Amino acid sequence: MDNVVIEALVRALAVGTPLLLACLGAILNERAGVVNLGVEGLMAVGALAAFAVAAGSPDANLWLAVGAAMLAGAALALLHAVATVTLRANQFVSGLALALIGTGAAGLLGKRFEGLPLFNKVADWTLGSFTISPFTVAALLLAGAMAFWLGATRSGLTLRSVGENPAAADVLGVNVGLTRVLAVLGGGALAGMAGAFLALSYRSSWADNMTAGLGWIAVALVIFVGWRPLRAIAGALFFGFLYYLQFRLQGNSPIPTEVFSAMPFVLVLVVLALAGMRGQAGNAPAALGRAYVRGER
Amino acid sequence: MRFVSLSAPSTARAALVTLASLVTALLICALIFTLAGQSPAEVYGTMLRGTLGDATGLGEVGRRTIPLLLIGAGLALAFRAQFFNIGAEGQLLLGAVFAAGTALFVPLPGPLLLPAVFVAGFVGGGLWALIAAALRRVNVNEILSTLMLNYVAVALVTYLIAGPWKGKDVRGYIYTDTFPASTYLPTLPGSQVHWPTLLLGVAVALGLQWVLSRSTFGYALRVVGENPGAARYAGLSSGRVALLVALITGGAAGLAGAGEVAGIHHRLLEAGQISLGYGFTAVIVAWLARGNPALCLITAPVMGIILAGGDILKIDLNLPFRVVDIFSGVILLCLIASEVFVRHRVQWGRA
Repeated sequence: MDNVVIEALVRALAVGTPLLLACLGAILNERAGVVNLGVEGLMAVGALAAFAVAAGSPDANLWLAVGAAMLAGAALALLHAVATVTLRANQFVSGLALALIGTGAAGLLGKRFEGLPLFNKVADWTLGSFTISPFTVAALLLAGAMAFWLGATRSGLTLRSVGENPAAADVLGVNVGLTRVLAVLGGGALAGMAGAFLALSYRSSWADNMTAGLGWIAVALVIFVGWRPLRAIAGALFFGFLYYLQFRLQGNSPIPTEVFSAMPFVLVLVVLALAGMRGQAGNAPAALGRAYVRGER
Repeated sequence: MRFVSLSAPSTARAALVTLASLVTALLICALIFTLAGQSPAEVYGTMLRGTLGDATGLGEVGRRTIPLLLIGAGLALAFRAQFFNIGAEGQLLLGAVFAAGTALFVPLPGPLLLPAVFVAGFVGGGLWALIAAALRRVNVNEILSTLMLNYVAVALVTYLIAGPWKGKDVRGYIYTDTFPASTYLPTLPGSQVHWPTLLLGVAVALGLQWVLSRSTFGYALRVVGENPGAARYAGLSSGRVALLVALITGGAAGLAGAGEVAGIHHRLLEAGQISLGYGFTAVIVAWLARGNPALCLITAPVMGIILAGGDILKIDLNLPFRVVDIFSGVILLCLIASEVFVRHRVQWGRA
């Protein structure tokens, strides 16, 4: 019995890790007032960059691979920052374009890595029958650190003020545009790291469309957890557990497989609707989704 | 650098900015191709020769123009009402499902069956979009909900063709039996251009343009989209407008789905074979047309060239079909990032 519980927890943590990392990234830029729906694309380029650095050589530097993934995520996110912060484009549509560019570019540039082996994957840590990826530990620590930083430090407050009331922050001398650009870059780097986890640890290979909708679920998760980093841990675990159920019940039950493949997406809708009915949307940063133009209300 | 508001931006300025952003997008794509080790000149040359160079290519562009026109015209209307429907892919699939269900299982006499198939397609697509409109009433962002519904629609199609609707005479494959012959649409000789659906698309685009610019509902829709505060003050229900808009835009995508199965496949088959990425590409069709359904008559064939070109690149240069996503994404990004230049002029230096 204990083994079943441990296995469920191990699997839920594993699938939950990319969700948590990407969700933390999205919380970071949304708390600064910028929505980025392009997480799916950011994860895809992150996964590709990590795999491109690590594949083919047994002594590839994995730190470098993770760094490359975060850099790739940030670089793609820079497009979003320029479009939405500098050029005041619609944040939702720009994010959608980013998702298309990211998955498309990863598919085109990654074709040569398809089927290549990864000699040097990020090994899991083992404690008896319990295994955990270093990525998971990093994600959990990061959630705690981000909660503390946003809630209790001056720079965290500055970031939040830009998302809640950019005009007031501007009057107090905060550089609204720069803060938002940095938040978007940070969000991109974390989504890239989520992709690195998929390529270097979870699947340890590269395939087109390997993100398989996880990025979209991460975006929805932000609303579900009310823009709070610590709650994101519970949210990511919950959806990780769902994926584990799908994996376990597939083929072992009279329910058709397609029900399980649709389940995470149906559940996102249910969860968002519940959050909406509870008035969760009221937790959103007040200036979320709107470009800031000095002198305009 | 700062932006100075223009009081009355001209149509010529909008057209020029649109054209400039298209050119910029193609240059950025060229850069990405160079990174992937391809010569951009060869890529663009291959695309143009393969699509516009001969009758076969033109037929492939025409075939893809049909769903793009239907969906794009509906999306143009939806975007004007600030209803960001990104789920046309799923609505097209549901249209195909409803159309296939009618063609396969509803015992209607020949001449009545084909219209019923299209009505069913409209209803299927419309209902799928209505879910998103209903969810918006409880503050669920429609971009997320329509996207999630895409994944659900794909699972539904797979379930039907592999399970209860699986054809009696097919072995090894997953698709339904073929429809009765009375539902087959005629095609232009030597191509898969099912012209009755094309005519329907032209009628829908012109009709929706009329609705948008001449009808009371169109006026309400534009007010709700451009100034929600004023709409509320005038007693216009943005919820009701959103429901109707969802029904129209989803229904148009559903018609496209019905046209694909009745005009080309004559059966329900895998989601990836019914839609060659029409739902997302149509977003660009609508955005290029800047929210004017009638202008989709021009922008749908343009994106049709890119979609058909993607297939040519797959065959001739062995590139993944994903290059179409790059084109779509870069064009979309350049379009929305250039919008500020339509309504503002740039002033260099400090104020």
